[in-house]
Amino acid sequence: MALNALERERQRRERRTLAALLTPGLLWLILFFALPLVIILVYSFMTNGPRGNILWQFTLGNYIDLFTRSIYVNAYLRSIWISVLTTVICLLLGYPLALFIVRQPPRWRTALLFLVLIPFWTNFLVRIYAWQIILANNGLINGALSSLGLPPLTLLNTEGATLLGLVYGELPFMVLPIYAALDRFDFTLMEAAADLGASKRRAFWRVMLPMTMPGVAAGSVLVFIPTIGQFVVSELLGGAKVDYLGNLIQRLFLRSNPPNWPLGSAMAMAMMLVLLVLILIYFRATTEEER
Amino acid sequence: MSTTNAVELHDVVKRFGDIAAVDHVSLEIGDGEFFSLLGPSGCGKTTTLRMIAGFEYPSSGSIVIHGREMATIPPHRRPVNTVFQSYALFPHLTVAQNVAFGLEMKRRPKDEIAARVREALEQVRLSGFADRRPRQLSGGQQQRVALARALINQPEVLLLDEPLGALDQKLRKELQIELKSLQRRVGITFIFVTHDQEEALTMSDRIAVMSQGKVLQIGSPTEIYERPTCRFVADFIGETNFIAGKVIENGANAATIETSDGLRLRGVTPRPVRVGAPAVLSIRPEKALLLAPGDARAGHAFALPVRVELVSYIGSDTRITVRLNDQRTFDVWEQNTLSTLDRDAYWQPGEPAVLVCPPDNALVLTE
Repeated sequence: MALNALERERQRRERRTLAALLTPGLLWLILFFALPLVIILVYSFMTNGPRGNILWQFTLGNYIDLFTRSIYVNAYLRSIWISVLTTVICLLLGYPLALFIVRQPPRWRTALLFLVLIPFWTNFLVRIYAWQIILANNGLINGALSSLGLPPLTLLNTEGATLLGLVYGELPFMVLPIYAALDRFDFTLMEAAADLGASKRRAFWRVMLPMTMPGVAAGSVLVFIPTIGQFVVSELLGGAKVDYLGNLIQRLFLRSNPPNWPLGSAMAMAMMLVLLVLILIYFRATTEEER
Repeated sequence: MSTTNAVELHDVVKRFGDIAAVDHVSLEIGDGEFFSLLGPSGCGKTTTLRMIAGFEYPSSGSIVIHGREMATIPPHRRPVNTVFQSYALFPHLTVAQNVAFGLEMKRRPKDEIAARVREALEQVRLSGFADRRPRQLSGGQQQRVALARALINQPEVLLLDEPLGALDQKLRKELQIELKSLQRRVGITFIFVTHDQEEALTMSDRIAVMSQGKVLQIGSPTEIYERPTCRFVADFIGETNFIAGKVIENGANAATIETSDGLRLRGVTPRPVRVGAPAVLSIRPEKALLLAPGDARAGHAFALPVRVELVSYIGSDTRITVRLNDQRTFDVWEQNTLSTLDRDAYWQPGEPAVLVCPPDNALVLTE
């Protein structure tokens, strides 16, 4: 009886501590994440006024526009396509790089990881401007080409430049999770596979890759998500020649005259939906792996 | 009729940087033999095994398996399989998938694989565990999965790298016997790496004792224990007493040493010794006898007056440490063949005694 009372008192105190610890974070999330999200969701069903003001009339028109007008549909497909491409290239570059680093003696490993992280010391925009200098018509590469007597190449303001910038910016986010997965991987298993008759290639597909899949999945999500919403790289390196989702959303909110917040909100919501589906697939894949 | 050897190593050297981990090792391992590589950690036994498996390549020398030179053959094309020290089971695969791995790599038909996996799991008494993951098994069960995964491929040679090292003492003893009888049944050549001398003595047909990259002696367990050819082997295998001195006379199979304090002791020489060479007289504790003073009989290599210092009764034996007159100690183990509580039947500390040893039981060994 007395014990029960003590136990209840202890539980009550634990709950109070928990609440005290969780409240600041919860408030932050509600105020700066959930609330804006709800606002955007509401906007996306409203009508745009003639001067870019919001008329509080419910409509599905924004979403209908989104899925029927080719400018928006194309931006969608283009964004998904370049994100897939960026993710795949980052994976193809990042996996071997992570594997190489993990196989070095510990002293070198730290140094090499450090090198992977060094770009983060400089602001992303500054680094993208640096790529402009490298790729420009009178930039470093073309300078080198002309001094060799070769004709100049158009590098800047192409979709190739966009892809290059994206891969450059996102590669560390692929390398780090894969490195972490490989670091936990017991390489004796590769010897065991070889011992049982597996060539290096088959041992990779059958043992190393499945066992490091959580790292691959995490890296892919980390690369894919920011890439699908990006607008800076395609504007600064791609020359804003083609529209990606991010560019359209940015323009609808800030640049078009009049602005169209409801349509921009609908685009943002639709983008989130795609990401949500992808993240669900990712969680399914990784939990499957751990079971 | 000449029998082919399962594995031959010819003058194999493996260098890591400046260090020779394996230093001019030559071995001939017969077909169907249970052969052990025994030595302390860092003696090169595991490196030798890894070279036979193909995980390391010799710096020089050659490795031949059933008459085929292995120098350019990668591990996945060698007719050998390995049981790893940590088992190296694939954690993402079930027990059955682990065991099936080798056959899958050989692209055997699906129904053949299923049947052989079932058979292999039966052989190691794990039939009910086919769908478990390795981490859901005990250490002993994991060890048996590793064994089944290797043996299902019917290798010409099975390599075992301290496969019992991670198990507790009792399980180890059980598995030693199980492994030995399994080897008899399947008739596959086993090369077994261990640092546990008792394990090697129990299981092996022949043992190679290694130290610092070199093979010091190859022989049957009896040969290794009864006729070690050097001081290291006598010391590493079992217990022994050493009395240091210098060879003063040598015959065909025996020699005499003289200690610094003038004792002259005679013993058998498993390997010829030079007059003048520093040597030790090696006597196993169970091979010496302690007699009451005045009880000394003829026909012993020596009879030394001693004083009993320590007596430890351990059930099957009584272990007695005696002090020689020159402040040297010497261990004698007496088997307790009489069942008695009579105090006089056991030695007491402080008692005078005579230490004697039959001539064949003392060995004269050099470094």
